[in-house]
Amino acid sequence: MDRIPILRMGNVLLVTIQVDMHDQLAVRLHDDLTNMITRTKARGVVIDISALDMVDSFIGRMIADVASTTRILDAKAVVVGMQPAVAITLVELGMSLPGVLTALDAEAGMELLRAGADD
Amino acid sequence: MPAPTTDAAPLSVAITANEDVVLVRQRARELSQRIGLSLLDTTKLVTAASELARNALEHGGGGYAELELIHDGRRAGVRMTFVDQGPGIADIEQALRDGYTTGGGLGLGLGGSRRLVNEFAIASTPGVGTRITVTRWK
Amino acid sequence: MATLTDRLLAVLQQSQVQLLADWLKAMRASLGKTAGAISEAELQGQCQEFIQLLGAAIAAGSLADVADDHWRPMREFLTGISRSRGRQGFSPTETATFVLSFREPIATHLRRAEGAASDQLLDDLAIINKLLDKLGLFTTEIHQQTREELIRRQGDEMLELSTPVIQLWDGILALPIIGTLDSERTQGVMEALLQQIVATRSPIAILDITGVPTVDTLTAQHLLKTVAATRLMGAECIISGIRPQIAQTIVHLGVNLGDVVTKASLADAFKLALKKLGKSISVA
Repeated sequence: MDRIPILRMGNVLLVTIQVDMHDQLAVRLHDDLTNMITRTKARGVVIDISALDMVDSFIGRMIADVASTTRILDAKAVVVGMQPAVAITLVELGMSLPGVLTALDAEAGMELLRAGADD
Repeated sequence: MPAPTTDAAPLSVAITANEDVVLVRQRARELSQRIGLSLLDTTKLVTAASELARNALEHGGGGYAELELIHDGRRAGVRMTFVDQGPGIADIEQALRDGYTTGGGLGLGLGGSRRLVNEFAIASTPGVGTRITVTRWK
Repeated sequence: MATLTDRLLAVLQQSQVQLLADWLKAMRASLGKTAGAISEAELQGQCQEFIQLLGAAIAAGSLADVADDHWRPMREFLTGISRSRGRQGFSPTETATFVLSFREPIATHLRRAEGAASDQLLDDLAIINKLLDKLGLFTTEIHQQTREELIRRQGDEMLELSTPVIQLWDGILALPIIGTLDSERTQGVMEALLQQIVATRSPIAILDITGVPTVDTLTAQHLLKTVAATRLMGAECIISGIRPQIAQTIVHLGVNLGDVVTKASLADAFKLALKKLGKSISVA
């Protein structure tokens, strides 16, 4: 069964999505992340989508769901590296993902999580 | 204005499982690159392909997609047709109006897909099936 | 009795040299001075290719419908001709003359082959003229499109000049928008901005709309789309230059700017951007 690997860096989880995901893989990622946040008591999740050249409504919703789930588990999720063409297309589709934190890249994402952790 | 002609035989992709949606995306990308569509236009087309293929699978119970390169005498384009023999759509106007909200609302993503392409045609009969044809011109 | 197609093909084959010469003469006469823009050799080459493609098309396809597949090579050839004529500045009539000046020579040669003034000949000429008319109109259509493309491209180039993305500071981009924001323009502007954000890794982009005369619903939507796309990428937009009238219009239109930060002037927006980045300007 194929899955997307989740890296652990201190109390932050890092996911780098580099494959063209089919729906089941996306669902599996959500489940794996949820389990791992709970297991490792992670405080933050960085989802790097800089390699994704397409995000459709299903993946968009998955990202929004991950952000919500993370929040409920008392952690924060940041989506980083969305490509310009993908961003424009998502907005055209009608998805602006308002509940999702974003940053330019993984480094900025980590910075954002660190800054927020001081709250 | 001459009617569009096809350059070659259309690619047919059966849509019966999740992985097939990915396959449709890949074919759509290949064709876009073949006629040199811009990155943004390619992204829009591939995203529309993904939405419509998924619709055929989830709402239509499976079907197939036909992708082809077309030419109308002055410009090239990619045409995709999605066919399923599912329950059909009773109120097409409504379906086209429903967009996706980030709250994960229902809706078939048809309205969104329509915004991503240049031409959009849909024929659906409840109890019989649905056929959607979209075109992206260069 | 041979069909019109057969008779035409016979003429094209047997009288090609003379037909070509007559055609070139007729064309030069119609074009007058403009003919000088194209070299004799090039023109001759174009005419020869036309005759060749004409023969191939009528042998395979119909004489009435130029839209089908058999006529595609001819349409592509004429598209090329029209494009280049359009770019060279020929008028639509001058462009169509390429095809239309062929009518007289082909009529002459057909008459010679069939014998003068027969009913058959009249019918034949009617069909041929209709065919050549269609091809001639096709060239004017393409010519028109080419001119429009040219104008649009020049417009785009002017656009790029009028909507530059400026790096105000390390991490802060500014986009002064001048003029109205229509759909096509916004797309290009959005793309340019987003690409610059990635290239310069700038977390903040200031959209200055001081130079935008009016904001209607569409313009407001375009602005909001730009802001939304920027945010998805991980950067932030500040809109500056909102004049009081524009602010009123936005409220009247019922447009919800949501969380978008707005500032009256570019300077204020810049100060805010610095603050957000944790920087400030102090006097030495």
